[in-house]
Amino acid sequence: MSHFLSPLFETGFFQSEAVRTALIIGTVVAIVAGALGVFTVMRGQSFAAEAFGDIGTTGGSGAFLVGAGPLPGFLVFGVLAAGAMELVGIQRARGRDLATGIVLGAALGLAALFLYLGSTIHNTTGAVVTILFGSIFTISNSMIPLVAVLAAVVALILLVIHRPLLLSTVSPEIATARGVPVRLLGATYLLALAAAVALCALTIGSILSTALLVGPAAAALRATRRAGRAVLLAGLLGVAAMWLGIVLAYDSYYWPPKGNGWPVSFFVVTIVFVIYLLSGVPAWRERRRAGRTIG
Amino acid sequence: MLDDVSFEIRAGEFTGLIGSNGAGKTTLFRVILGLTPASRGRILLAGGARSRRNPLIGYVPQKFLLDPDMPLRARDLVALGIDAHRFGIARPSRARRERAEQMLAAVDALEFADKRVGLLSGGEQQRVLIAHALIGEPRLLLADEPLANLDLRSADEVVALLARIAREQQIAVFISAHEINPLLPVMDRVVYLAAGRAVSGPAKEVVRSDVLSRLYGHHVDVLHVHGRVIVIAGAGEDLGGHELRFPDAETGS
Repeated sequence: MSHFLSPLFETGFFQSEAVRTALIIGTVVAIVAGALGVFTVMRGQSFAAEAFGDIGTTGGSGAFLVGAGPLPGFLVFGVLAAGAMELVGIQRARGRDLATGIVLGAALGLAALFLYLGSTIHNTTGAVVTILFGSIFTISNSMIPLVAVLAAVVALILLVIHRPLLLSTVSPEIATARGVPVRLLGATYLLALAAAVALCALTIGSILSTALLVGPAAAALRATRRAGRAVLLAGLLGVAAMWLGIVLAYDSYYWPPKGNGWPVSFFVVTIVFVIYLLSGVPAWRERRRAGRTIG
Repeated sequence: MLDDVSFEIRAGEFTGLIGSNGAGKTTLFRVILGLTPASRGRILLAGGARSRRNPLIGYVPQKFLLDPDMPLRARDLVALGIDAHRFGIARPSRARRERAEQMLAAVDALEFADKRVGLLSGGEQQRVLIAHALIGEPRLLLADEPLANLDLRSADEVVALLARIAREQQIAVFISAHEINPLLPVMDRVVYLAAGRAVSGPAKEVVRSDVLSRLYGHHVDVLHVHGRVIVIAGAGEDLGGHELRFPDAETGS
């Protein structure tokens, strides 16, 4: 590592197996989350993404109870939630919000039970924090192939459906008139979203997962007029937040309280939030300038 | 809702679908598009049966309001008209870009081609949508209430544009409106919907007291006042000051 970067990268950063695994998984997940996130923001389905994350808590805690890793739990419950949302009629905004809210409440109640039982039986509370808030440094490098395959499947689905999905997002009427299976497309997209949220939950925790999905995408959408560029930019911003978060978390080992690093998720989510705030600055300055010329 | 509605529209002509709110204009369009099944009857397009996913029909839906945050320039929305219904990746090519450019020029939208669609005015969005519908080279262009929410000048511009497209590209342009006035200067034929039925023909032959009385099933007055024509459909029919004006009205101006 060149000397001028050494204050940022504490000794042993790139030698650490845990850091390397975190960087690889974080990068893959941030890219997929950015791409899905752009469509999520455009379609106004951030609440659905949030619901997948919260319901993933139930899946993750259920998996913990039976002694499995959290990712399969996140994934299975997310996909089930996507199916349930489609069945209750995601097309109608009112019914959708109500049904999502009710299912969400029930699922989180179940999560409370699973987490309590799991902590009691396994005699540990660490898993609770891991499920809720993530713990990217504890992910085993044997997870990399599974994460990569899942991410590739999600990316492939989006690649195949992105054009008709964009058209049906712009105007469901035009898309239907042109023979696009709008409802099937919406359901396929929801499944991909559920998988992407599961991946985010693995890295920064189930209840923070939406931040990585929606934050970089919302910032990217403010910065560009083109959908393709928004997807690229969202991925880039997500990766930047992830890397910076991992670096800072690694460094925080030497911050007070000494010997205990701060959680990566805190850094990632805070950086995403700052990026989103900064993305509003150009528009804000333009408004101020316009206000001055008028006033 | 609609019963025994039969008419024809022709390539190269501008046809208006006139009726008050709730007369069934959108339903009729949906039947033509194949989105709503008709209980009986059929639609022939270019001599053949209309099939679903029909590239022969271009469609501009009613009340199109795009979110200002949608990352889509006017030229991107037009390009989506080429093949956005297909799955997989579209290779960007010069031919695609040039075709979109041509369509933007055809609807006088080049000036705002690089702006976000959601930030355009209602009239500008209508032009972009028309270009989006036309780029697939349809034989029939359906526009559902394209003049709704437009100021008078934008409405006149959109009507003139649609008439020009019908003549120049030799396609059938069929647009619905609850207000007939803006269409009269260019309309070749009118399909007048009321009471679940329709009459059609050249505007001067349809918008007459005897014809509309038969359509409505009760007496209807068509008045010519200072170069304007006013349809009074009588009690029970809410036409809300429905005004008709012929450019060459007998009463002169």
